[in-house]
Formats: sequence, structure tokens, C-alpha cells
Amino acid sequence: MRTLEQTTQEVLDLAAKHFQLPAGSLTPGDDFFKKLGIDSLQTLEMLSRLENHFGIELPDYEVQGVSDFKTLAERIQSRL
Amino acid sequence: MLDLSKYQSVGGALKDALDQFANEVCLIEADREREKERLTYRDFKERAHPLAKALQNASFAAGNGASIIMTNQSKWLISAYAVFFAGGVLVPLDYKLTPDEHWQLLKHSGASVLITEYPIWRHLSVSASRAVATNVQAVLVTEAPANAVLAGAQRWEEFRRVGEPVFVPRSRQDTACIVYSSGTGGRPKGCMMTHENYLEQCVALTSLYPFWPGVRYLSILPTNHAIDFMVGFFGPFTCGAAVVHLRTLRPEYVREAFPKYKITYVSVVPLVLKNLQKGLQARFNALPAEKRRVFNALVAINKAVTKGRSRLGISRCLLKQVHEAFGGELRAIIVGGAFTEPQTLQFFYDLGIPVANGYGLTEAGTAVTVNDLKPFRADTVGKPLPGMEVRIVNPAGDGIGEVSVRSKTVMAGYLNDPELTAEAIVNGWLMTGDLGRFDSAGHLQLFGRKKNMIVTEEGKNIYPEDIEAVFESLPVKEFCVFAANFIWPSRSMVGEELVLVVHLEPGQLYSQELRRDINARNNRLLNYKRILGVVLLDEDFPRTASLKIKRNVLAERLGKLDSAAAILSL
Repeated sequence: MRTLEQTTQEVLDLAAKHFQLPAGSLTPGDDFFKKLGIDSLQTLEMLSRLENHFGIELPDYEVQGVSDFKTLAERIQSRL
Repeated sequence: MLDLSKYQSVGGALKDALDQFANEVCLIEADREREKERLTYRDFKERAHPLAKALQNASFAAGNGASIIMTNQSKWLISAYAVFFAGGVLVPLDYKLTPDEHWQLLKHSGASVLITEYPIWRHLSVSASRAVATNVQAVLVTEAPANAVLAGAQRWEEFRRVGEPVFVPRSRQDTACIVYSSGTGGRPKGCMMTHENYLEQCVALTSLYPFWPGVRYLSILPTNHAIDFMVGFFGPFTCGAAVVHLRTLRPEYVREAFPKYKITYVSVVPLVLKNLQKGLQARFNALPAEKRRVFNALVAINKAVTKGRSRLGISRCLLKQVHEAFGGELRAIIVGGAFTEPQTLQFFYDLGIPVANGYGLTEAGTAVTVNDLKPFRADTVGKPLPGMEVRIVNPAGDGIGEVSVRSKTVMAGYLNDPELTAEAIVNGWLMTGDLGRFDSAGHLQLFGRKKNMIVTEEGKNIYPEDIEAVFESLPVKEFCVFAANFIWPSRSMVGEELVLVVHLEPGQLYSQELRRDINARNNRLLNYKRILGVVLLDEDFPRTASLKIKRNVLAERLGKLDSAAAILSL
């Protein structure tokens, strides 16, 4: 079972890879809309990649209103 | 299609539709690659009547309010029908609001029943704001896991009673729905939409974009939104068509749904349309040079043959692969909720995919004008729908003035707010606050807004007053939020943004610390509600005797500044 810290790190690594950013360039508190310059649709695309990685299904509603990696990782952690 | 002129209420029309089209498919629900459910109109009735009976047994009666806060799915429509059948008033709320906003609107609406989904209820039930909406007596929750903590709610799936419910007739002038067009943080704008509003709008819209049994509408705009409620529920149901719901709106599953379910119509907001355009353009650009030349030639031929009117059959042959990606049955993409850039509309039309763009607002009952594609005009929002009187009030020398509307589709007024209603509806005309003019062909063109608000590409109406609370107690002398377009009218409907106007204390500097504070508060807002810049003003804000900011006067003063220099980025 992953710890929240491990999950958070994996989320950051995957997001960096998905948006072709250098590894380590994202931090848990980053606002991904702002930091990545993406819109809500691109966020949904990122979620599919996270779902495949963690082997979970995350209803769209669960990530409604979430804009930072830390909270996103917490939502994922609660479903592992 | 049912002859809607014979009906008095939304519930009455739907009731007959369920019998008339009993064997037709009305709903398909899919979750990712799995099809979860496929219901005929008969199945729908069998699901809805026990719910209506249970509501009636629980003393839900004519004129009582029931709110739905759900994502797009079958149970949304089944619940709505049960409410209408029992003579209730539906209060559809945007599931994307925060729990605090939900409870405020629930209180304002006076709804006695709340129907929601378990993931939403988990957040709603623990919100401190729950205590304010004491009017909500019963909560029905769908899809709660077996061991779920229901926190006072009942399971939707178990809230059913045996026996035939009694249909409760309503008159055309009774309120069918209370639809909130804005006002979650300030003054709630609950549009009271009558049964007549919906019946008349449905007749007008389906005369241009008809539904029939076999038509499949992909419902991805939230159903609480006026457009999806009409073209993703009432319209198709009164014509025997089917509605397809997806439980996740990830772009890849939306793309798959077109060919899988042979979609006929879909409604989207401009952001989604632009995203589709980007995706298609990237694929076209990736074609090898020779194929690309052939493709461009085919697009040119299609443009030539569809110049006067849409010719779907020819376009589908010429640009087969593009149309097959959309399932091969797509007749039109309906775009609404916000202004769409002409180049995006033209892009799709050139591919032979008609885009039904138009202009509308909740207060006017969905759509006011729609492009009839005869011929297609990307630079306008089309002509008024049948039954709509549209005029331009106080036009300037260039013919641009405020758009006003008179029609049987215009709302009865704002709930519990006669003052706001009197400002919006003057001598029977709805003053839209939008600026426009008609061209010589009778098409409406829009040129910005007269009102202090913005509409995002996702179709969200944002009023500055609604987001000011987050800046409460900001350590400055005073502040105020504005739509930049209200201060510096650009006569444009795109790129709208909000700005925070700040008056610092004497001797105070616009420090890094203050900037960080503003940023931190701004980030507490949902991303589409955030301000994009700060304007510093070194003078007292004009105020009324009761110390309210005179926003119009302040905007006029700010308007004298050069916007490019005045707006400091965050």
C-alpha cells in the first residue's frame, strides 16, 4: 500500500511526463491550471492517465473544484 | 412530435410522450466503455411512477419545490419527470458549485426535497451551511454504497411506492422550474420559468432542428443548463428521440461515443468546440504532404458546394473519414452558453459539419436567435426564432444598442425579487444587457455587454459581486471587482476577464506581500471565477448614503485610465 507521500510523488511525476516538463519541476501545492496553463478539459485527459497508472476509477465529480496536486493525490489515495 | 399547443404543462406533455413512444429507446447511459443502461419510454415510466407515488405519499404536492443536483444521467431525467408528474416545481442546480453555494440556493429556492448523488452528498452533508436550508425536509441519494453513511438521507433506489401516482395538472402560467442564472455569492437570480416558456421554446427550436424517433442526442452540457434541459430532455422526449448520457466526460470517451452510438446532435460550450477543432487540426497537420493536398482540395470542393446551404449527404461523401469519426450520422453541433469565435464555427462548417450557433439567456428561455444555415453565417448569431420579437434599444450612430426580447418564452421574473425583475423586464420587454445590432439580412450581431459581468468559454456567467466575498478583510482601504469590459468597453464578446480594483491606505505600497495575499485568496475561487489582474486607484470610491459603492460612477472614472497600463498582472 502506497503512502500519501508516495502517491503525491507519483502524481507529480506523471503530470510532468504528460505535459512534457522536466522531472521535479512540480510541487504538491502547485495550482495545475496556473502552473501548466491548462483548461478543465486537459485536466480530464490527465486524469485518465492517472487512473490507468493507479488502476482506479475516479468519478469526474471527485475532482470537481480541485486545482492543486496535493488534494488530487488525496482523492486518489482514498480510492487505493 | 406531440402537438404541444394542446398541453398546459411540461408534465402533461411528457406523460403522453411516454405512452405514445412506449417502444422507442429514450435513454442510453454509458460509463467509460461500458453501456450501463438502455431504457425505452415504457421502462422510463416504470421507473418514474413509483418515485412519483413515493413523493406523493410523502406529502409532496402541487407547487412544492424539488431540487436536483446530479451529473448527467438517467436518474436526473427520471427524477425530474416524477416531480413534474406530481405537480412540483423543479430546481435544477449546477453540480459544479461548492456545497456552500448549493445550500444557499437551496434555501433561496424554498425546495423541500433534494435529489442528489452519493459523491455529491458526501460533501453536502458535512458542510456547515447545511443548517441554513431548513426548508429541505427530505434528501434522496442515488448510488450510495451498501455501507455508506447517509447522514439523514434516504436511498433513491428504495424510495418507491406501489400503486399508481395521481397526475397533478398545472396551468401554462404556473412555475415549472426555478433556474439560477447567477448569484451564488451575492443576490441570487432565480429565474421563474413557466410551463408555457418551455412549451413555446420547444415548438420554436424543433421547427429548425427537429427530433424524431431514432435521433440520438449526446448530452454533455449539464442538464441543469437551459440548453441541455431543452435539447437533452424536453425536446427529444416530446418527439420520441433518445438521449445518450456519459458518466465521465473525459475527451477520449466523448470521442468514442459519436461512432459507438451514432449520435445525431450534440450540444457543447465554445471551449469544447475549440478543443475539438484543435484536435482535428493537429490530425490534419500530421497528414503526409500528398494526402494533405488531396484533403485540402476536398475541403475546398465542400466549401464551394455548401456555400448557399448545408448539404450533409455530399459533405459526408467528400470528407468521409472526418464524418465517420463523428459516427456518420451527426446532423449538427449545437453550441451555446457563451459566444463562439467565428473562425471556429467556419472551421466546422467547411468540413460539412453544421454548427448551430445562436444567442440566448436563461431569462429568455434558452435561445433567442439561432443560425438557420440558409446560408451559414459565422459572423452572426443568426435570426430570431419563431415567436421571438427582438429589438435594439437606444441604438448609437452605428446602430448598436441594447438587445431586448419579448416572447412567450421570457421568464415570469426573478424569485422573491420584484426590484430586480422590474429592472430586467420593462413594459413586457426583457432587457438583456447585451449590445448588438441587426444587419441587412436580419441577422443579429453582438458587440459586448452593457452589464457588469463576464461569460466564460465554458458558459459560466460570473458576476463580480458574487466573488467579492473572498477578498473580504483584504488589508487595503477599499476594493471592488469589475468585468474589465464594463470599465473599458471593447465591443467584443471574447477574452472577457475580471479585475480587482484596489484603493490602498495612505502611504501603503502595493507590496509583494499584498500581491501574495490577493493571489492566495484568488486561488480559493474556482479557476473560472478568478480575477486576472489588479487595478490601483488612488482616490476614494464614490458611495451612496448607505455606503454602497456606486459601481457605475466608479467604472466611469476608471474608464479614463489606459487599460493596458492600468491592469497589473497577478
